[in-house]
Amino acid sequence: MLFLAAGLAASTGSRAADITGVISFKGTPPPEKEIVPLENDPTCGALHTEKPFTHFYAVGPNGELADVIVSLNVTGKSTGAAAAPAILDQKGCLYVPTILAVQTGQKIIVKNSDPCIHNVHTVSKNGNDPHNDAQMAGGPDLNYTFDKPEDFMKFQCDVHPWMFAWVTIEDSPYFAVSGKDGTFTIKDVPPGKYTVTASHRKLGTETLDVEVKDADVKIDFPAFEVK
Amino acid sequence: MDKNISANSYPNSWLHRFAVITAVATFLLLGAGGLVTSHEAGMSVPDWPNSYGYNMFLFPPSKWIGGIFYEHTHRLWASVVGLMTTVLAFWLCLKDSRRWMKWLGIAAFLGVVAQGVLGGLRVTLSMDSLGIFHGIVAQSFFALICAIALLTSRFWFRLSASQSPVLVPRGLRSHVLYVTVLIFLQLALGATMRHQHAGLSISDFPLAHGQIWPDTSPASIARYNAERMDVVNQNPITAFQVVLQMIHRLGALLIFLGVAAAAGLSIKRLGIKDYLTKFAFFWLGLILIQVALGIETIWSNKAADIATAHVLVGALSLVTGSLWCIIALARKAPVSATDSSAVFNPQPSLAGAK
Repeated sequence: MLFLAAGLAASTGSRAADITGVISFKGTPPPEKEIVPLENDPTCGALHTEKPFTHFYAVGPNGELADVIVSLNVTGKSTGAAAAPAILDQKGCLYVPTILAVQTGQKIIVKNSDPCIHNVHTVSKNGNDPHNDAQMAGGPDLNYTFDKPEDFMKFQCDVHPWMFAWVTIEDSPYFAVSGKDGTFTIKDVPPGKYTVTASHRKLGTETLDVEVKDADVKIDFPAFEVK
Repeated sequence: MDKNISANSYPNSWLHRFAVITAVATFLLLGAGGLVTSHEAGMSVPDWPNSYGYNMFLFPPSKWIGGIFYEHTHRLWASVVGLMTTVLAFWLCLKDSRRWMKWLGIAAFLGVVAQGVLGGLRVTLSMDSLGIFHGIVAQSFFALICAIALLTSRFWFRLSASQSPVLVPRGLRSHVLYVTVLIFLQLALGATMRHQHAGLSISDFPLAHGQIWPDTSPASIARYNAERMDVVNQNPITAFQVVLQMIHRLGALLIFLGVAAAAGLSIKRLGIKDYLTKFAFFWLGLILIQVALGIETIWSNKAADIATAHVLVGALSLVTGSLWCIIALARKAPVSATDSSAVFNPQPSLAGAK
C-alpha cells in the first residue's frame, strides 16, 4: 500500500496537463471574395458546384474563430521526426487545409487530388530551404520537412495563383490550431510557466502567461478584431 | 561626328529592317514578361531550361495551363528574340563598318544571353531579387535594340552626314537626359514593386490609405494587411513597400513635369516644326498615357492587362527619351563637309547597293 501511495503521489506530482480555450472574433470580418479566376479556369472551375470563396476569416455564428495557431514558448523539444505526417492536399484547385501547423522535422505529405498539374512552391522568410516542385495529375505525393521554426510559411501554386496554404513550423509538440468552434487543446504540457501565443495570419498575435501545475488549464484570450 | 562612317555602313536597309523587327519582337517579349509577373506566374514552371522535365521546345501545348501558359510562352518567345539578337549581332559585325556598332551588336548579344540566364536563375534559385534585375535588364536591352535600329537607319546616316539647321542647346539636351535617367530609375522602382509579389501596397488614389501621406506605423500596416482580401496570393505588405509606392507616385509627378518642360523648351529652342519638338510632344503623350495607366492599375486592383500595359508604356517612354538624347547629340556636332562627302552619299542609287 505504501508503495502504491508513493507511486501515485509521484505520478500526480509530474502529471502533464492540457491547456484549452476558445478563440473568438469581435466585430464584423471583411467580406470574403469570390475566387473568380478559379471559376474561369476550365479545369478547376469544373471541379466546383458552388462558387468558391476565400476564407481568410473563418468566423462562426457566435464569433468563434478558426485557423488560429496557439503555441507555447517552448523550443528545442521537437518530436517531429517521430510524429505522424501532416497531410496537405490540393483539391478543387485549392489547398486543404489552408492553415496547418507542424513540428520541425515532421514530414508534410503534399497530395494532388486534382486532374491537372500543380507546382508546389514554398516561400520561407526564416531560412528554411525553398522548394518548387512539379506535381502532375495523378503524380506521386511530395514529402517535405523543415528544420527551422517559422510562422505561416507560404505554400503556393503558381500555375493557379489563387492557391495557397500557410504552414507554421513549431519547435515543440505544444501547439494546436483552433477548430471551427474556436476551441483548441494543447495536450500533455509539463508543469511550468509559459507564454501562450495565439496567431492569426491576418489578425496578428495575442499572448497570455499561464502556469501549469497538476490540472488542466483553461485560458481565455481577448477576442481578435480588425483594429 | 562619326569618322567611322563609310559607304559600306549604309544603306543596308535590310539590316535596319531586321533591327526594327528585333525591336518589335523585344517589345512583345517585354509584354510577355510583364504578363508573367502580373499573373504571378514566374515560378509556375519549376525547372529550367527544361519545362516540367520536357525539352522546352517539345513541351506539349495541352499542359500549357494557368500560369504555365504565360511563363512557357515567355520562354519560347525569349528564345526567338535570343536568336534574332544573335543574328543581328553577327550581321553588324560582318557588315557594319563602324567599330562601335560592332561592339553594340556584341553588347546586345551578351545582354540577351545574360538576360536569359538571369531569367533561368530566378526560377532555379527561387530568388525574387533576381526578378527585379531581370525586369531592369529587359528595359535596358529594349532601349539598346531600339538604339541599334536608329543607328542603322537611313535617317541616322542623313543626320550624321549633314549640317543640322538648328543645333540642340546643351541645356535642353541635359534636361532630357536627366528626365530619361529619372524614367529609368522609375522603371527600376516599378520592377522592385512588382517583384515584391505583394500586390498593391496602397490600393487607393489620389489618397493613400485615406491620407495624403499614409501612416506606416506597425499598427497601421497590420490593419492594412488585415483588411486586404486578395484572391491571388500576395505577400503581406510592409512599410517599406508603402513608402516605395509613394516614391513611385512622386517620381511620376516629377517625370510628367520634366517631360512637359522638355516639350515646352523644345518649342522655345528648336521651334514647333522641328521633328525633335514633335518627338518631345509624342513623349509627353506617352507620359500622360502612362500616368493614366498607373492610376488605372490602382483602381483596377492591379488588373494584369493594365499593369502590363503600364510596363510597356514605361518601356516606350524610356526608349523615346533615350533616342531623343542620341539624336540631339548627333545634331550637336555634325560631321565636317569633307567627312560628309566621304562617308555618306544620299543618292538613291546607293540605297540598293547592299
